[in-house]
Amino acid sequence: MALNSKIPEGDIEKKWSNYKGHVKLVNPANKRKLEIIVIGTGLAGASAAATLGELGYRVKVFCFQDSPRRAHSIAAQGGINAAKNYQNDGDSVYRLFYDTVKGGDYRSREANVHRLAEVSVNIIDQCVAQGVPFAREYGGFLDNRSFGGVQVKRTFYAAGQTGQQLLLGAYSALERQVALGSVTQYTRHEMLDVVVIDGKARGIIARDLITGKLERHFGHAVVLCSGGYGNVFYLSTNAMGSNVTAAWKAHKKGAFFANPCYTQIHPTCIPVSGDHQSKLTLMSESLRNDGRIWVPKKKGDTRKPNDIPEDERDYYLERRYPSYGNLVPRDVASRAAKERCDAGYGVGTTKQAVYLDFRYNLINKYGRSEASKQGIENPDEATLVRLGKEVVKEQYGNLFEMYEKITAENPYEVPMRIYPAVHYTMGGLWVDYELMTTVQGLYALGECNFSDHGANRLGASALMQGLADGYFVIPYTIGNYLAGEIATKPIPTDSQEFVDAEKAVSDRINALMSVKGTKSVESFHKQLGKIMWEKCGMARNEKGLTEAISEIRALRKEFWENVRIPGGINELNPELDKAGRVADFLELGELLCVDALNRSESCGGHFREESQTEEGEAKRDDENFQFVSAWEYKNESEWVLNKEELIYENIKIAARSYK
Amino acid sequence: MEHYNMNLTLKVWRQKNSNDKGGLVTYQVKGISSEMSFLEMFDVLNEELIEKGEEPIAFDHDCREGICGMCSMYINGRPHGPWHGTTTCQLHMRAFKDGDTIVVEPWRAKAFPVIKDLVVDRTAFDRIIQAGGYVSVNTGVTVDANATPISKADADKSFAAAACIGCGACVAACKNSSAMLFVSAKVSQFALLPQGQAERESRVLDMVAQMDKEGFGSCTNTGACEAECPKEISLENIARLNREFATASISSEE
Repeated sequence: MALNSKIPEGDIEKKWSNYKGHVKLVNPANKRKLEIIVIGTGLAGASAAATLGELGYRVKVFCFQDSPRRAHSIAAQGGINAAKNYQNDGDSVYRLFYDTVKGGDYRSREANVHRLAEVSVNIIDQCVAQGVPFAREYGGFLDNRSFGGVQVKRTFYAAGQTGQQLLLGAYSALERQVALGSVTQYTRHEMLDVVVIDGKARGIIARDLITGKLERHFGHAVVLCSGGYGNVFYLSTNAMGSNVTAAWKAHKKGAFFANPCYTQIHPTCIPVSGDHQSKLTLMSESLRNDGRIWVPKKKGDTRKPNDIPEDERDYYLERRYPSYGNLVPRDVASRAAKERCDAGYGVGTTKQAVYLDFRYNLINKYGRSEASKQGIENPDEATLVRLGKEVVKEQYGNLFEMYEKITAENPYEVPMRIYPAVHYTMGGLWVDYELMTTVQGLYALGECNFSDHGANRLGASALMQGLADGYFVIPYTIGNYLAGEIATKPIPTDSQEFVDAEKAVSDRINALMSVKGTKSVESFHKQLGKIMWEKCGMARNEKGLTEAISEIRALRKEFWENVRIPGGINELNPELDKAGRVADFLELGELLCVDALNRSESCGGHFREESQTEEGEAKRDDENFQFVSAWEYKNESEWVLNKEELIYENIKIAARSYK
Repeated sequence: MEHYNMNLTLKVWRQKNSNDKGGLVTYQVKGISSEMSFLEMFDVLNEELIEKGEEPIAFDHDCREGICGMCSMYINGRPHGPWHGTTTCQLHMRAFKDGDTIVVEPWRAKAFPVIKDLVVDRTAFDRIIQAGGYVSVNTGVTVDANATPISKADADKSFAAAACIGCGACVAACKNSSAMLFVSAKVSQFALLPQGQAERESRVLDMVAQMDKEGFGSCTNTGACEAECPKEISLENIARLNREFATASISSEE
């Protein structure tokens, strides 16, 4: 199948406005006859459902949590980017576009990224109008901070809880539509299949997680906003319930899966403390604004961090990347941390950690500035620390407290110990410019699509993309499709396709329950995670990936022969819910490794040991790999690779350098 | 800090479904590390129950970083347990010592019926938000975000109220099962911002009416909600809600 990305003609600055000017519209009376299903209530899902409801469509929105407000966008900490240039520091739509394409190591689609940069400014306006309480300066105007991979300050934030505030904004817009009757909300429901009729997505099979009952829902279109698949690694910064199931079911019904091997390992997370660990916790990238990353210069140094003098510390990011320093992109920072730890310079009991130290800025940046404001002359160090602490607390207080609760160490006094962890997945369902997958009428928004971040996402850009897709893109693009559907009457859910789809879902649940083996779902998930992290994690090679593929296949076989799921089908049964998700991860994990094996270049978060420069930097192979890998599902363990060539007309591609 | 292992006695509320009477069941757990989170201790217990062929304990949880508001255990008579300003998922086992007995129950409130074991139905909170917890603005406004300056003090106060995670600990802590802290946090967030002014009066009246309709109790100013709130939402918000409600009631009678 030839992929058609449907990129509009014309100059890149005009593509989106031209598209909007010529796209087909649906009149208000017809909108009321059209039904749309939205899966997931994170930033993409909540904003899409609310906006489509406002436009007059009849919307059904589903989430597996007990309330739409719990979706994992809520946990995003640091901020959201927008090309407002409020700081007068040289930002522009073009620069945000350029930074994002470069940050993604030249593996994203130009037209989509430019549109993202264009609408970024509208997002901030919209959120402020909703009453999102962003951080402000004393003059009453919005404050900004800087993030990795960027030399301007364009990140809007609300302490370390930006995702929470943005999601609550979208959630409140959604609840308003629920109250008005234009959106119906189904909580504690999980989508278990897409119903495709004559090549078009026409509905879903969902399971009520309280009663276990399967339900059939019709829609003229289905919009997936189900997030990323980082939990295939078991340990990640994702929520416990984050899963790939909705996207994977869509994949098996014909939606191509693009670039699954592009996974983001975030450099600053709290290190693993033991085998009991159930998840990993992020410490926001914004901390790298004010924190300096270092390890001791001496191998195996056992002194306490504050006892190691300045000239015996290796600020390795500042040393290796003088122009970006601590603010290099995530993939670069993660690999640099791994390199130091592998070389024997790691700190803490496990030696799998580096220091993130705030003392310098606490004293010199914030302490001195406060002292000056308060007219304190020649302040001593204790005074500077005290004054600096107050400012730091205001900016990152909740993160420092969280760190202390988890580690029992006070990061105002002792440097944080941090290590990279799985955080985000740039890969996802392949979509065209209109965010439609390869199945007609089936859309993918937010983290569950692939289009904007290439091989590495820049910090504070996930929130931007989720809200761009939901508030400002899908409301236009879905109309272009639905304009052709105004004569389609709702398809009765007792039609054969719905019956068959429900039966297939029911058979799979029965198959899971009837294994009656000896090992828990959790133990399989942990084993899968171990394979993925060790052989398809921060560094990958041909041998490891080949082994991983056969190990995953064997593990999947064992799962279906030996998993034990207690309880029944027709009741709240979290073990059964989890079993279905892990079964899907066991399939996705294989594809992720297949894709990583196929892409023998290094790019962004995908680092193939065979492809690196003498200095250990990722080495792209543009001649052979300047394309999107879009995998078409054929059968178990059988995929066909389709390629979308990436064309750069507005950016001169080059080796990515942050030196 | 030194790490240690401990053996504990757990008394956990088990209830098959909303019709079941339910009761406390005693479990012994061994070799729990002080570095574990409280929920990881439950993971260990559940793995053991599965191993033995018993049904694991159902409990709500998702982000495990204290922000989604899903976890909701009533631990030794306190919502989210002994640590101040902390959700259940962020509570760590170093809060306990070897030999301790820990009693774990679900949130108790008429408006939060038990679904199973420690899982309760909190959809009443969504319905309160539906009654008015928003600014009625459609997508597509074109007013620049910096067109209206907002004093930093107001923005900070609004943010502090908006930090509510909707977990329901305030209701569980209150002897009257009142939802006043939750409702007041949302009312305050908007009352403090220029964007919230147009609907200021209808919002507070409608949200309070919905709160009453859901069966939450009245507020008698005991302050248990503030003391137990994992996000330290201030009682000042309840005072503000009362003022807002009084003003709106008077002006709606005019």
